[in-house]
Amino acid sequence: MSETPAAMLPLAISGLVALSLALAILATIWPRQAHRIGGYGAVLMTAAVVVLSALFLAAGPDPESAATRVALGGWEAPLGVMLHLDGLSMTLLVLTGVVGLATSLYSLGYVHDPIERRQFWPLWLWLWAGLNMLLLSGDAFNLYISLEVVSLSAVALVAFTGTAAAVSGAMRYMLINILGSLSFLMGVVLLFGEHGVLDLVLLEARTEIGPTERMAAVLMTAGLMLKAALFPLHVWLAPAHGSAPAPVSAVLSGLVVTGSFYLILRLWMGPFAPLATPAFGILVGLLGVAALVWGSAQALRSGRLKSIVAYSTVAQFGYLLIAFPLMLVDSGAWRVVVFFAVVHALAKASVFLAAGTLQHAAGHDRLADMGAILRARGRTVFALGLAGVSLMGLPFTGGFIAKYLLLEAGLSTILAGSLIGVLWVSAIAGGGLLAAGYVLRMVAPAFHRGPRDAGEAVSPWMDWVPLGLAVVAAAAGFAGTLTLHTLTLTPGAP
Amino acid sequence: MTDGGWLLLAILMSSLGPGLAIFFLPERRYGLRTLLNLGGAGTKLVLVGWLLLGVLRGDEYQLSIPLLPGIDFVLAADALSLLFATLSAVLWFVTTVYAIGYLEGSPRRSRFFGFFSLCVSATVGIALSGNLITLLIFYELLTLATWPLVVHRGTPAALRAGRLYLAYTLTSGLVLFTAIVWLTLLAGAESFVPGGYLGELATTHETTLKVLFVMLMIGFGVKAALVPLHSWLPIAMVAPAPVSALLHAVAVVKAGAFGIVRVVNDVYGAEVTMELGLAAGLVVVAAITILYGSIQALRTDDLKQRLAFSTVSQVSYIVLGVALAGPLGVIGGLVHLVHQGITKITLFFCAGNFAETLGIHKISELDGVGRRMPLTMLAFTLGALGMIGLPPLAGFVTKWHLGLGALEAQFHWVLAVLIVSSLLNAAYFLPPVIRGWLGERRTSWHERMVEHSGPTRFETHWMLLVPTMFVAALSLLGGLLAGMSLSPLDWVTLIVERDYSIPGFAP
Repeated sequence: MSETPAAMLPLAISGLVALSLALAILATIWPRQAHRIGGYGAVLMTAAVVVLSALFLAAGPDPESAATRVALGGWEAPLGVMLHLDGLSMTLLVLTGVVGLATSLYSLGYVHDPIERRQFWPLWLWLWAGLNMLLLSGDAFNLYISLEVVSLSAVALVAFTGTAAAVSGAMRYMLINILGSLSFLMGVVLLFGEHGVLDLVLLEARTEIGPTERMAAVLMTAGLMLKAALFPLHVWLAPAHGSAPAPVSAVLSGLVVTGSFYLILRLWMGPFAPLATPAFGILVGLLGVAALVWGSAQALRSGRLKSIVAYSTVAQFGYLLIAFPLMLVDSGAWRVVVFFAVVHALAKASVFLAAGTLQHAAGHDRLADMGAILRARGRTVFALGLAGVSLMGLPFTGGFIAKYLLLEAGLSTILAGSLIGVLWVSAIAGGGLLAAGYVLRMVAPAFHRGPRDAGEAVSPWMDWVPLGLAVVAAAAGFAGTLTLHTLTLTPGAP
Repeated sequence: MTDGGWLLLAILMSSLGPGLAIFFLPERRYGLRTLLNLGGAGTKLVLVGWLLLGVLRGDEYQLSIPLLPGIDFVLAADALSLLFATLSAVLWFVTTVYAIGYLEGSPRRSRFFGFFSLCVSATVGIALSGNLITLLIFYELLTLATWPLVVHRGTPAALRAGRLYLAYTLTSGLVLFTAIVWLTLLAGAESFVPGGYLGELATTHETTLKVLFVMLMIGFGVKAALVPLHSWLPIAMVAPAPVSALLHAVAVVKAGAFGIVRVVNDVYGAEVTMELGLAAGLVVVAAITILYGSIQALRTDDLKQRLAFSTVSQVSYIVLGVALAGPLGVIGGLVHLVHQGITKITLFFCAGNFAETLGIHKISELDGVGRRMPLTMLAFTLGALGMIGLPPLAGFVTKWHLGLGALEAQFHWVLAVLIVSSLLNAAYFLPPVIRGWLGERRTSWHERMVEHSGPTRFETHWMLLVPTMFVAALSLLGGLLAGMSLSPLDWVTLIVERDYSIPGFAP
């Protein structure tokens, strides 16, 4: 083959989108075989993402020309639909691939009822396809569509066990999502009305700051913050993530929330970048500190295993908000934020999967009555602990490297003369202690003296996948250089 | 990566590999687990010996893996690393044998030995770290690997001790983490180098460096149990005896002390430390810790708790010697890293033997134990006399050099501290020895071990007795043969000549 990687890249991008849609459609029209389509498809999709990332790294050494834009059907922007791949979307695609594969394998064991299977797999494959499209979309309207695909399949997945708690959690989740989507859509409409384009790159070139842009920024950001459960718009998260089936919780906390955050980041690095002022940055940072403290406090009080994990998501996303004022001082810090989000997603998904295994074995997730199960299931508790160490930000894990980079960014603001930097640094450092507190609450009962009871049998997938993913989350500590390098291949970003 | 780098990696893996494998072994695979344990410990011993000879010849060993742009994960071996690595490799082997005997028949041994091996891997990682960030990684790993050992018994007291241990070590770890990131921002992620790498910063960033030094000392001081950061140590003695031995003699407190040595010698450099007035402050803290630990030890009747407070006191000799910053003081401090290790591990093994065999936990119960368990009591006596610092035992070599070092560095009052502390040592170590040999037992012994597992050929299980006698012999030989080549004293002298920068004393 004489073709260069750069020449093959557009084909590979379209191929990935086509593959994810094909799997979703195939599973929908052939539900009896949906679990087979999903199982093999997950491996195929992850392989495709790996190939794509290899091509991308081989093709794009120059940061300015690294974005590959593909016009579907040959229609260029502003008329046509553009696919857009750069370092940022590539990194998150790989994350989605890894977590998606782990979740799929886990679900092979978790969802075994034939009826539930037929409902679960098509929805999950649509969710995955939606995430892939979200990460590859280059214009605001397309982003909206894929965001909707993600949200609706997520709502259905939360509800799919059909229990009263699940349905009420799903209803609340749906209302929040509709509200968020509407708010986002209104912002898109405002921008389109003003500039007549939807493509993000074109928008960025045309944006001058006026009242319309401000309004659009507020609407779109608020809508996304609602979906990303960023403080103070987080209240819906714990009930929804806590009551969903384990693989769904893992995807919601690991990927869906991260997807919304990705969009916020994209918009504020692109069209809305001129709106970010230091005062605004400090406000966002203070919200982050509040999220960290409040989420951790709830996690330290909660009596149920899965809601501890869910509240920990609220707390951990506080770091992402704290990073906002840091980005205003050192604009390169956005890469730190993305790396943090990636390792958080890996660790959080594995904690949720481990919690799901324990819940399945025990038949409930009341922490006070789980001692015997925790003592008997050392492997799962080990996975929980290892991923928990990553959440605390201790070595040898990805969380440690992320925490290192965050602390470095925080200390740089102090060295640059910002007094409030002391608050950011203490929050970043102290958050690790709070995380240690709630991780210990989950792990410590395994070390108490007392009876042991393995509970209900679980499939080997549910036994081993959480451990595997936890190991990946730990090994992400060695991927720091590669990830940061990939992220520099994002045009327009500092 | 140089060829020698693989050796460093192999040393790390020799405990990490078996440790991870042991986690997945079923409880009943006693033979395979023992094979993995002893195989790993033996391999490590051989590899460290090989490295020791290499370093003696002057070979360079280094391995560096990029972690982040500009920041590497560096393993390196100098004479100072070898001092700590050899200590931990030898004592790990001994403690493994002891632990196998100690835990015979008790539940959850796979988990125990898994974390035990992780703990030793972290310790040897600390010894072989080539820069502050690598040191931090292994230091925090050590915290995490030790917690399951402290709470191993699962009793409420053990869990409470575990919580306290984590509260202290994780908090101080975060202070350390912040300080290291800050220092790296200022000075870059340099490798350790004798004399330090702060150079120009000492004049331009004086206050910052002082603050950072205090933060680093808080970070390492918690594990080294410097007063007032020591409270976790006496409470953590609820752990099983081999764990206490590991905490007190090999891993945890030593990691703290070793970190302080690295900061003073290889980051700040003795010269900057003295110029900024930091060395004098450290001398004062160490002196207070020495006296405070001894006084607290006097007040307790629990044998293991008395040993724990004695550790608080004794580990500060290391800090004291390093802070004195003259060649003799440094020799005294560094050699105590080894001497305190072998002596204290002897005492903890003896305490474990008494508790396991006869159920003795208090000093007031020791009356006449010398007749029932003469060998253990002999080992205990050697350990106690070594701690007091009687010639020709190992502790004497330390105190002699420290005393000379204090005079050399013009800290005359430190000599008084050393004398008072030796008297206090005698006051709390002689009563158990006297009770053991000369006391009278009126009732018959509560033969705990015989009740549980039948009669033993020796005074206690041979896997408890042999390691105890071995380390007791080491603490005797450490003093007797201090003049021989490759004795701890000889090696420390080599360190001071080769890898230590002492202002005004060119080697």
